[in-house]
Amino acid sequence: MPKISQKAIHKFLRHDKNFPHVWCPGCSNGIVLGATIRAIAELGYKKDNIVMVSGIGCSSRMPVYVDFNTLHSLHGRAIAYATGIKIVKPEMKVIVITGDGDATAIGGNHFIHGARRNIDMTVILINNNIYGMTGGQYSPTTPYGDRTTTTPYGNIDPVFDICNLALGAGATFVARTTAFHVIEAQSFIKQAFEHKGFSLVEIISACPVIYGRLNKKGDASAMMKSMKENVLPIKAFEKLSDKQKKGKQKRGIFVNKIRPEFIEEYDKLIKSLQDEKGRK
Amino acid sequence: MSAARKPKKVEKHKEGTIILTDDSSIKMEVAIDDIKSEGDYKKSPVYIYYDWCKKCGICVSFCPTGALGRKPDGSPYVPHPEKCIHCEMCDRLCPDFAITGAKR
Repeated sequence: MPKISQKAIHKFLRHDKNFPHVWCPGCSNGIVLGATIRAIAELGYKKDNIVMVSGIGCSSRMPVYVDFNTLHSLHGRAIAYATGIKIVKPEMKVIVITGDGDATAIGGNHFIHGARRNIDMTVILINNNIYGMTGGQYSPTTPYGDRTTTTPYGNIDPVFDICNLALGAGATFVARTTAFHVIEAQSFIKQAFEHKGFSLVEIISACPVIYGRLNKKGDASAMMKSMKENVLPIKAFEKLSDKQKKGKQKRGIFVNKIRPEFIEEYDKLIKSLQDEKGRK
Repeated sequence: MSAARKPKKVEKHKEGTIILTDDSSIKMEVAIDDIKSEGDYKKSPVYIYYDWCKKCGICVSFCPTGALGRKPDGSPYVPHPEKCIHCEMCDRLCPDFAITGAKR
């Protein structure tokens, strides 16, 4: 992994926006932003050929700070907007930055149908287990028994496995990593950019100020250390017994396959119909 | 863009400022006195932009050699500059782009 210096990252930031950014101390969103920019710098994409789309949420503040073509859209509808952009400008590299509540609760339909139709875009899903920006309500990925402002006596709902959801819906690149494993995150994001089709990178992140404080998880470094212990590579996870698997998650690339892509199929359809008309 | 939201411009390229991009006029000031209490700024292996730092402590707890330490207020400094191996872990893990340990 080549080292991309901090100076290179500053070239992609909008310094006329208010820095330091809006996220709380220790929030992993900044780490994911750094990994994303490093992956883009490594691939050598031009700023003008990238569109970054987001919905609403902590993570969705990200497009404000980067110097690409950016769109800050409605809550949960980021993938719908990204589909429109991709159809009009297929040469653009579309990146969707979204959170767990944004993509799987409010925008759940857009998410599964985006994966099913295999639209060429990269979804970077930052999973912090809570709705941070709106005040700490429970999200579909809040673990069982955890406290949030809307579940003060513990959450009784089982969690969404986002990678399995995307796999079931038919996504062609699905990977999971954590904010602690930054080098892996950078490499997965890079592979997702290069992949043709719907690619999802789920990044488990820490929310030390709202989720961590309510559940007594410690500060940002303690939460990141627990990620290191509880999120294991696929092979190491499979070796564990059922009892040991409790509370642990696997990380790695779950699928990387090629399937007919939506924009290509659409272009083919247009071309075949135009040819038919021309013959008549 | 209102004038209040524009970043503070540094008039002269004095010691301790970093030019962000080669062509831009925007510069970011680094408090060189805070990097290391005594000694040479040029010899310090790590730059810390105190204006952007939120004192979360991630860089200090994940520094593999212990080159970084925390001040009483929580902000990082470099007590052992000779221990730095330029692994850039602080670079990558800093959520605020406020520290760089890259080789210069």
